[in-house]
Amino acid sequence: MSDNQFYESLPEVEPGHTFLDSKELVLNMGPQHPSTHGVLRVILKLDGEKVNGLECVIGYLHRGIEKIAESRTWAGFAPFVDRLDYTAAVSNNLGYCMAVEKLVGIEVPKRAQYLRVILTELCRLSSHQIWLGTHVLDIGAVTPLFYAFRDREEILNVFEKYCGARLTTHSFRIGGCRWDVYPAFIKDVLRICDDLLPKIDEYKDLITGNRIWMQRTKNVGCISADDCLAYAITGPVLRGSGVNWDVRKAKPYSSYEDFEFDIPLGVAGDTFDRYLVRIEEMRQSIRIIRQAVAGLPEGPIIARVPKVLKPPAGEVYMSVEAPKGELGYFLVSDGTAQPYRVRVRPPSFINLQALAKMAKGGLVADVVAIIGTLDIVLGEVDR
Amino acid sequence: MINNFLGYLHSNVTPGEAGSLIWVTIYVLLVFAGISVGVIFMNWFERKVMAHMQVRLGPMRVGPHGLLQPVADALKLIIKEDLTPANADKIVFWFAPVCVVMTAFCTFIVVPFGRTHAITDMNIGVVFMLGVSSLGVLGVIMAGWASNSHYPLMGSLRSGAQMVSYEIAMSMAVVSAVMMTSMATGTGTLSMIGVVQAQMQQHTWFVFSFFPVGLIALAVFVIAMVAETNRAPFDLPEAESELVAGFMTEYSGFRWSLFFLAEYTSMMAVSSMAVTLWLGGWLRPFPNLLGGRNWDLAFSLVPGLAFLALAALCLFTYTKMPRLKSMRSAALGLGAFASVLGVVGIVMLLPGVRDRVQDIFWFALKVGFFMYLYVWARTTFPRYRFDQLMKIGWKVLLPISIGLVVLTALIGVRQELFALVWR
Amino acid sequence: MEQLKSAYGSGIRDAATYAEQNYLVVDRSICHEVLLSLYDSGFHSLTDLTAVHYPKDELPFEIVWILFSMPTNERVRVKARFADGEDVPTLTDRWVGADWLEREVYDMFGVRFAGHPDLRRILLPDEWVGFPLRKDYGLKQQDTVWVQKNLGIESGQ
Repeated sequence: MSDNQFYESLPEVEPGHTFLDSKELVLNMGPQHPSTHGVLRVILKLDGEKVNGLECVIGYLHRGIEKIAESRTWAGFAPFVDRLDYTAAVSNNLGYCMAVEKLVGIEVPKRAQYLRVILTELCRLSSHQIWLGTHVLDIGAVTPLFYAFRDREEILNVFEKYCGARLTTHSFRIGGCRWDVYPAFIKDVLRICDDLLPKIDEYKDLITGNRIWMQRTKNVGCISADDCLAYAITGPVLRGSGVNWDVRKAKPYSSYEDFEFDIPLGVAGDTFDRYLVRIEEMRQSIRIIRQAVAGLPEGPIIARVPKVLKPPAGEVYMSVEAPKGELGYFLVSDGTAQPYRVRVRPPSFINLQALAKMAKGGLVADVVAIIGTLDIVLGEVDR
Repeated sequence: MINNFLGYLHSNVTPGEAGSLIWVTIYVLLVFAGISVGVIFMNWFERKVMAHMQVRLGPMRVGPHGLLQPVADALKLIIKEDLTPANADKIVFWFAPVCVVMTAFCTFIVVPFGRTHAITDMNIGVVFMLGVSSLGVLGVIMAGWASNSHYPLMGSLRSGAQMVSYEIAMSMAVVSAVMMTSMATGTGTLSMIGVVQAQMQQHTWFVFSFFPVGLIALAVFVIAMVAETNRAPFDLPEAESELVAGFMTEYSGFRWSLFFLAEYTSMMAVSSMAVTLWLGGWLRPFPNLLGGRNWDLAFSLVPGLAFLALAALCLFTYTKMPRLKSMRSAALGLGAFASVLGVVGIVMLLPGVRDRVQDIFWFALKVGFFMYLYVWARTTFPRYRFDQLMKIGWKVLLPISIGLVVLTALIGVRQELFALVWR
Repeated sequence: MEQLKSAYGSGIRDAATYAEQNYLVVDRSICHEVLLSLYDSGFHSLTDLTAVHYPKDELPFEIVWILFSMPTNERVRVKARFADGEDVPTLTDRWVGADWLEREVYDMFGVRFAGHPDLRRILLPDEWVGFPLRKDYGLKQQDTVWVQKNLGIESGQ
């Protein structure tokens, strides 16, 4: 039913009565709002402060990326993929390139794989810092945002020096990486790792032990492990509920099996646990980066790939662990130079379905916290 | 007439008590001007301190180091279009900000900036302040009602509920402090000047007396006062990222600036109350312990020296400013500001001025400390959810404050008994 | 794989592995049962649900379900072909996450799902006419009536 039908389905208010007499209030958290991380519209049905029902209206950022793919070449579509989850563009790139490589059957050289891991983990750090700043800002603490963005600047500087762009990087090509490391790359990356580790402790000091923070996030937006599996939720949300599943460990790709890292797990599945999981993931990312930098092998950085790529007819589904969850690409090739179908499995879209379940029964002020903890990016939700 | 006018200068009571209407008017104007300057300064101070805590600079362009930023903001707000919602109740809409501002300023009638520097000293001064600041709630609710939109109405109801809840805890803490005034003389006093004089007589600021009861009472009062003035971490009703808009939503331009003025003024009013009741009001540090002429002289030089130090700081910053043509006016402004501060500092070193001004200086310093605390809390803490906020007010602060009253009474009686027995 | 093939015999067109990924091509009549039996074997997560449009084929819409089993860390792809206008059985009774995925397939391809609680457009406006991801929908094509009515401009191009 359309918007009008939705509003008409609500209980009538008799003439002479005001809204104060009706049992349920419909509140529209419109597409433009300081806390919805993009253009997301949430229609809340409230009983006083309690949320009785919630409905998400999405599609304000729909750009038809999957349709565009069908009119580009395989390699020419790669820059579009950055624009899906624009806060973690490198992950998107990695997923797409690896899916095409799997389709064609290209073996990526080891050096390129390690380089890809370094850049992807840097991008995970950057994305988690955006999440940290904005999530905490929604709950009311105005300061960690600036600290997180200040630290993120270093990572963006490295991206800029490497490939020229800070945000939508298009850093990888099908078959490997386009550029080798620039002279000071290793030094820069190691310095980021060294600087960031005490800063993560700083965030922890400022937020984690804070009583107000704990009261705002403990037992808020709980979701059980079974519900997570039923909704096919992945990423830190799933791990916050205690399910030990990470694509990097379960189905390793791009030499992740060479690195030693832990998967942080939560216990209660509430906002506080998801927060802790993401903070710990940042630490583990630094660990991976250090190992990758230490073990960076020599060799070519791109495999031999024909200029016009024509994969054999077939289908493949390849997923990577994006900062938001499991980002998957389902590619269908009909043997020509243009993709027949590119389907992006967006983690934010699928995680957002659970918003209704997580927010129900809670208070209005918690809805904002839950949207923040799901860490959605509307570019990915709407494509 | 002139004699009457000048005769007040030699008295040692407040102009209200002396019955001198002219001086009362002068004091009222001085207090009004002082509070307004304080609000303007607070605006700049808050933005600068918040910015520095957030690793950024804050306003830097408008005037040297943003010192003229509040002036620019005030000008902008005054020339903004004054909108009134379509079906709003016009009279109430007009009156709500007036009500809030009036009550906030009226509390300053009894605030003592010095031994005789108050507009008047009512013998129920403490109760007067509590009562008048409660009238501000009325203005808030009127603002929400008059906006004719249910989101501001809900916001104002929440705001009003929050303010009322924390008033009780505040009042109980105040009762505890007032009880301590009776220790030395056997009779307590509700007058603001009397409270400070009692602290002087008992040789201790009330925050340190009956340790740690005084400290807990101050802590309860500080938490309650932050909630009372709708500041972080209790600012849910007016936060931007929450759904229900605050009661100030429909107000624009000058009316909004009145709310803003009232908020800072009430912050200063409750801080003044905290300072008077617990931190010794206008008393300089250690008036009894470090007494005597030399110490008095040394401490009375502190205000002048403080201003001279500030002037030196400004001069130092002036020398550090880049010598660009575009920055010339800013540099000149800073230099002028430095010289003004220097002149004020020198004036405050003169003996005649020194004695009168030093009380005000210590009082302002202590109130400034509380202002810094407000900004610090705003920068650091996340926001409380509304139900958690109400829970703290009723279930945590209220029992603690009632316990404090009982405890203060018990300890006080015990000490009295002791004194009686030992005499 | 083998047990499914034996159970459904002719219904399963193909069970193969391409690029190390297992997939099943099933007949549309038994696809629902196959999916439910996969659910019973432990595939409790519906990783993705999408469609591909082959306009020249007799059964143009191929619906692809990607299921995942957490205990065995196994992923399987189930595909079935459907005719234009035919209803596809919904999976929302077992897999709650299928809700929005099916709405999106309806939105983009026009494939209806029988039994879906609230099948309406999700990414495009509710009154939009046309199904963009079909092959006969132009790349720059828009529902100009909707655009003119709601946005007040001639066309979005």
